[in-house]
Amino acid sequence: MSEVTLSKDEILRYSRHLIMPEVGMEGQLKLKRASVLLVGTGGLGAPLAMYLAAAGIGRIGLVDFDVVDYTNLQRQVIHGTKDVGRPKIDSAIETMRDINPFVVLDRHETALTSENALQIIKDYDLVVDGTDNFPTRYLVNDACVLLNKPNVYGSIFRFEGQATVFALEGGPCYRCLYPEPPPPGLVPSCAEGGVLGILPGVIGLIQATEAVKLILGIGTSLAGRLMLYDALSMKFRELKLRKNPECPICGDHRTITKLIDYQEFCGIPHQPAEPVVDLSEVDPVMVKEKFDRGDNFTLIDVREPHEYQICRIPGSKLIPLGDLPNQVSTLDPDAEYIMQCKSGVRSGKATDFLRQAGFHNVRNMKGGILAWSDKVDPSVPKY
Amino acid sequence: MARILIPTPLRQFAEKQDSIELAGVTAGEILTGLTTRFPDLRKHLYNEEGKLRSFVNVYLNDEDIRYIGRESAAVAESDTLSIVPSIAGGRNV
Repeated sequence: MSEVTLSKDEILRYSRHLIMPEVGMEGQLKLKRASVLLVGTGGLGAPLAMYLAAAGIGRIGLVDFDVVDYTNLQRQVIHGTKDVGRPKIDSAIETMRDINPFVVLDRHETALTSENALQIIKDYDLVVDGTDNFPTRYLVNDACVLLNKPNVYGSIFRFEGQATVFALEGGPCYRCLYPEPPPPGLVPSCAEGGVLGILPGVIGLIQATEAVKLILGIGTSLAGRLMLYDALSMKFRELKLRKNPECPICGDHRTITKLIDYQEFCGIPHQPAEPVVDLSEVDPVMVKEKFDRGDNFTLIDVREPHEYQICRIPGSKLIPLGDLPNQVSTLDPDAEYIMQCKSGVRSGKATDFLRQAGFHNVRNMKGGILAWSDKVDPSVPKY
Repeated sequence: MARILIPTPLRQFAEKQDSIELAGVTAGEILTGLTTRFPDLRKHLYNEEGKLRSFVNVYLNDEDIRYIGRESAAVAESDTLSIVPSIAGGRNV
């Protein structure tokens, strides 16, 4: 291996590191010799990528295939308004090059899959997980355990975050913490539940701190501890994270020895070849036609009151999903109802609920108010 | 009375409360007290066989109850139980 040194410009750039004995020239060279794979350049990935680049990590790999949209800008500070519509990986690389041109950046503009994960991850010293879904989290975990790479984990929801380090020198992994994912739909996503824009900054920088500490070999790692953060109470808590002897991938009797189908593992059905016509759904355009004809029906909006304040469909009646069981006695089982929410998930649940309660003329408006804005009335704001 | 902390995603099934005090001398008794008070929480904590779901962890202070006797873990007056569900962060797949 060729000798790694710092140029005069780099010495000036990293001077605030170099004057700390805990980092010093030796530490800065460790950072420069290190390689980190960052999975995702979204909420968590944005601050991670910017600070890891600034810190002088020698080589950073980015995995992302998404495109910047307006709803990202509230928290994904690596992308700007001018980047809307661009691939996130391009926008992220541009920002990182501006912050620190001495960092080598690897582009992996792809989804991480069971087919490519081992091939991509094997070339890095450690992995930082900034993904946003359960299948990729289990995939990253399993690949890191199989390759014996530390996996710096962070996760966020609304006002709360979690962070730890998995698979450090045979330590506990994500499956030790949570052996299985929740079934789809039971745990709300950030798109449904929202997330405080600053939160991924806090959690992402805890991950960045752990990554830098691991490379420098200083301090006490979060491995074996699950850090919980609650922004509303402004409290950090710490829970013990033990290695599960029965863990199927890192326990004493391993049953998983290679990567599996993570979509299937997470209960997500593969796309059916033929689209199924669902009689319980109705297109927003048809709902508009029903309004125009003066049909006798009620459009029930099952979103929360604060969402109803953002935008609404004229003529809709607000009954938040959580209140529906209490309000059901005020509805007529023989009347026609169309249920609507933001994207069609919650109103689907409401439709199922009313059908089970004996309502026979209930349908779900497909795609929610987002689809209404796309297909019927573009003046209705999307959020 | 021991305190049990309810995480954000489950508060909607617990009258929006973030914690409540419950009587009980084991983790199982406290959890039963919780789901009796808020029946909507039951299906989020337990599977069809009545076992705690594998994506919901329960901690007695800072210890995972899976390693200290599960539902039979002894709870003292000053203890805090926490429910910690898995969260993915970001958007749905």
